[in-house]
Amino acid sequence: MLNTNDILETIHMIQDENLDIRTITMGISLLDCADSDIDRMCDKIYDKICRYAGNLVKTGEDIEAEYGIPIINKRISVTPAAMVAAACPDKNPVKIAHALDRAAKQVGVNFLGGYSALVHKGFGPGDYALIESIPQALAETERVCSSVNIGSTKAGINMDAVAKMGHIVRECAELTADNNCFGAAKLVIFCNAPEDNPFMAGAFHGVGEPDCVVNVGVSGPGVVRAALAKVPDANITEVADIVKRTAFKITRMGQLVAQEASRRLCVPFGIVDLSLAPTPAVGDSVAHILEEMGLESCGAHGTTACLALLNDAVKKGGVMASSHVGGLSGAFIPVSEDAGMIDAARCGALSLTKLEAMTAVCSVGLDMIAIPGDTPAEIISAILADEAAIGMVNSKTTAIRLIPAIGKKPGEDMEFGGLFGSAPIMDVNTYSPAKFISRGGRIPAPLQSLKN
Amino acid sequence: MRAVITVIGKDMVGILAGVSNICVKYNVNIMEVSQSIMQDLFAMIMLADISDSNAPFAQLSDELKKYGKQNALSVHIMHEDIFNSMHRI
Repeated sequence: MLNTNDILETIHMIQDENLDIRTITMGISLLDCADSDIDRMCDKIYDKICRYAGNLVKTGEDIEAEYGIPIINKRISVTPAAMVAAACPDKNPVKIAHALDRAAKQVGVNFLGGYSALVHKGFGPGDYALIESIPQALAETERVCSSVNIGSTKAGINMDAVAKMGHIVRECAELTADNNCFGAAKLVIFCNAPEDNPFMAGAFHGVGEPDCVVNVGVSGPGVVRAALAKVPDANITEVADIVKRTAFKITRMGQLVAQEASRRLCVPFGIVDLSLAPTPAVGDSVAHILEEMGLESCGAHGTTACLALLNDAVKKGGVMASSHVGGLSGAFIPVSEDAGMIDAARCGALSLTKLEAMTAVCSVGLDMIAIPGDTPAEIISAILADEAAIGMVNSKTTAIRLIPAIGKKPGEDMEFGGLFGSAPIMDVNTYSPAKFISRGGRIPAPLQSLKN
Repeated sequence: MRAVITVIGKDMVGILAGVSNICVKYNVNIMEVSQSIMQDLFAMIMLADISDSNAPFAQLSDELKKYGKQNALSVHIMHEDIFNSMHRI
């Protein structure tokens, strides 16, 4: 029989340390829905999503009940909508966003990602129209999420797209100013966007993916912190080892759930994303892990080193626990969604510049950060360019989700509620990068891209 | 399918009988039982075969949880595989 302590450890992780499966995300290709008649295309998209994902939520709930592990979100990612929108270039693609929103509501998922465009090397047909429509789409729909890939290690950075996205981020916030500028929280700008990421708001179903696939994202910062709390005097080698062992156990859960979901839905298993995804709940914070390692507050000098260790150990532990690892895989550092980050930002220990340094060693980038409402578009673009440059040179994904808090100033708060938490508005360097951003063109791919 | 039933709480008369009665009601065969007292906490773990159960899993789970609530115990029933996959390579 199983060891009593092992059983109690698992139950303790789930009951007291917030171990959960963060998301089961079904990726659905929309390539076969492209049609020169936009209304017919929308019908095809709606029908296909409802047909494929009709049982997704029920299956997730069944697995949750049987295995006793909470599965927080059931979600859908679709082919970047710009690719299908290219079939009718003179029509406003917002209709597609509405079709996606209707489908998401019909099947009962809380978010659907893929109102996206991949423009890291330039704008293809459909891309520009879709990007222009993002603010309207995110303001008029409830569950649709959007992402734009503006750079990659292989292609360099599309500075025309960077300049454009600064304006789009602002517009998203302005159009939803009466709703906490929430439109901007549903838009992610990527460098090196992964094609199999199950996490919102940046999930989309890449073109190299099969017709339909199931990806699973695990979580469990609370479990890692609790494991470290048991050995307050361990040296750093031991700390890394404990994180690895804990990540292994967490990821095994994800692998089990992913296989079971794949079997029950009769859809191929894609990947497990072995991420530490925090929530604003007490005891579910990545910042608190860093503090457990010995920092007075997240953001103190030493934070980048601790995060590098954590991110690497999570991958090392998780990679053996799953047959296919993918997505973002690593530690997330969203400010508003992490109780420890919120506190650190509020007390001044954590600044935007420190966060930028942290993104060089974590699995994503500047995530869920509220900036002053009067921040000009070119400064937002320049933040995007800096972040994309970190991703491009380090051959890693960087994702940026900034929320210009319209009408608010540093020191005030944005309250999103639920899993999105609350964000103190952070100071931004206001010296102007306007001339640099207005130049346009492309940053050439770095030497790291020449691996062939 | 085999499931693990865990009961954690303050020790008192009749816990084993109470849980066993629910198992009988649902035609669930108890294969192994282990009990231990950790500090003053009672922990009982049962391995049960629920393949011939006469009701859906959720119903059995709800009834066990209800029993737990009435007696101030934490009662869970979970698929055996969750523990196997986490603790065995």
